[in-house]
Amino acid sequence: MRHGQYRFIAGFLVIPVVVYAFFMVWPYIQDIFYSFTEWNGLDTNPKFIGFGNYVRLFHDDKFLGAVVHNAFFLLTVPLITIVLALFLAFMLNVGGNSGKAGIQGVRGSSIYKVVLFFPQVLSVAIVVILYQSIFQTDSTGLANAILIKLHIVSADNPMLWFSDANWVRWILLWVAVWSGFGFYMVLFSAAMQSIPKDIYEAALLDGASRVKQFFRVTLPLLWDTISVAWVYLGFIALDLFALVYALTPGPGGPNHASEVMSTYFFHTAFQNGQFGYACALGVALALFSLILAAVQLRVTRRETVEL
Amino acid sequence: MSMDTHPASAATAHEATEPATTGTQKAGRGERERTGVLNVFSQAFLFLWAALVVLPLGWAVMSAFKSDKEIISSPFSLPSALRWGNFGRAWTKGHIGDYFLNTVIVIGFGVFFTMLLGGMAAYVLARYKFPGNRAIYYFFVAGLTFPVFLALTPLFLTMHNLSNSGIPMLNTYHGLILVYVAFSLPFTVFFLHSFFKTLPTSVAEAALVDGASHTKLFFRVMLPMAKPGLISVGIFNIIGQWNQFLLPTVLMNKQSGFDADRSVLTQGLINLSINGGYKSDWSGLFAGMVMAMLPVLVVYVVFQRQVQAGLTAGTLK
Repeated sequence: MRHGQYRFIAGFLVIPVVVYAFFMVWPYIQDIFYSFTEWNGLDTNPKFIGFGNYVRLFHDDKFLGAVVHNAFFLLTVPLITIVLALFLAFMLNVGGNSGKAGIQGVRGSSIYKVVLFFPQVLSVAIVVILYQSIFQTDSTGLANAILIKLHIVSADNPMLWFSDANWVRWILLWVAVWSGFGFYMVLFSAAMQSIPKDIYEAALLDGASRVKQFFRVTLPLLWDTISVAWVYLGFIALDLFALVYALTPGPGGPNHASEVMSTYFFHTAFQNGQFGYACALGVALALFSLILAAVQLRVTRRETVEL
Repeated sequence: MSMDTHPASAATAHEATEPATTGTQKAGRGERERTGVLNVFSQAFLFLWAALVVLPLGWAVMSAFKSDKEIISSPFSLPSALRWGNFGRAWTKGHIGDYFLNTVIVIGFGVFFTMLLGGMAAYVLARYKFPGNRAIYYFFVAGLTFPVFLALTPLFLTMHNLSNSGIPMLNTYHGLILVYVAFSLPFTVFFLHSFFKTLPTSVAEAALVDGASHTKLFFRVMLPMAKPGLISVGIFNIIGQWNQFLLPTVLMNKQSGFDADRSVLTQGLINLSINGGYKSDWSGLFAGMVMAMLPVLVVYVVFQRQVQAGLTAGTLK
């Protein structure tokens, strides 16, 4: 009987584990190995060079520039997305009219919840094409067409958007927030709904204003969820590969103004054929992600509030 | 976990709590007015954001019906006629039809095997005690944190080497399906693991006493009981694999001039828009985009409660 059970367990586990290990985990392990080699991706014999690639990273201005851009997104994307998502979720769940002193969302909140989540189910490919056509550099794009109609810019001299080094990161920030906030709004909504309504009603009785309710009741009770969201958004800000790759000229341009670690990784590997160096870059990026997760979880950790 | 506020039940709940909270009525007109202002403000803000979400999508749908000339000369006027021909042209000439079929084949098998293998692994890990159980569970869950693009190069090489040694993997349906399954397993195992944990043990014990084998118990008793969880994670996987873009970009390219084009939808669309071969056909590109967008939006709207529950449950636990 016991023996039969182990055979059953092994039978159920072997295929999933093998498929997952071979097609997903193995590539990442290879990354670590190749990061210690000099290798153009085609040679059968990568040359082992120890930490050479890692030393080189610290003297590579383009890599350091990419780190700075990632830091920019690391600060802005989570902050803006979380503030926006929290605010929307608060409106949808407890921001409604308190005429009868009940706690409810604003009118039409169930429709808003569906609609505001739309960008989340769109493929990044669709988001990319959509924003490419909105931010066309001539007057055919939606953004320029609106600005021209409002006489903010002239038709002869439209905005360059993704081709303008001063604008490109801000538009990318907008696209990242636009495509991501819906998920966190729903996440925070779910967490808010698990807060018992009597807590709000008690706060109302004590004469707490909406603003006070939000900062004194909602925010502390949601703290755990927010810190998880912060880590997830941090990963997104460290990645951003698809957006930068498909939206910016170069990609990563103009003139590396929007280069992030992931696109620089891609350049190094596929355009310069320096696979070993690219893998070191990838491992560095993975380390950044891990450190980020550890730091954020530690910083945001607090005494949990028991309900 | 229910994500929706049901208007009816919410209303009765308020009625019930009313006596306890009438005190606030005395809070005075000032407070009420302030709430009123806040209400107008929050409605306006929500409306603005909804518009920022819907308008670009609506604009794309509108553009899909226009002629190229209309798109260029008057970006936000309504189309002068509903040009369904744009869709037909994108479907045949733009190969959207082929890409669509490729996508359906890949995610049909991809989601099926993800669910089967993920369900089997999650079930065993959740319900049976054996040495190494925790280790295997964490081995799967660790995969949730790996960014996909880091795997691209070594994954391509692995597949390339397999192809060279006589097992074709690049630009094949089964190759991409296997990779999709592998990359979908962490979330599927993670989600279903917590789901199988919550199922009652008494039914399983009764079935075993009746002489059912462990395998039979899983397929006949436990899987049907786990249906709500399977639906949530299934929809999640359909949307995720439908929208996947990096993996096919690297793995589904023609290996030679004679090789068939097995691009999936997202990849095909990006290629159309980047490579410029389609640049002259804006309306076709918009039509193709709408055709790629609508199925997921429809699936989402129909199953929105399960989707939202499925997407958020994983991160909340």
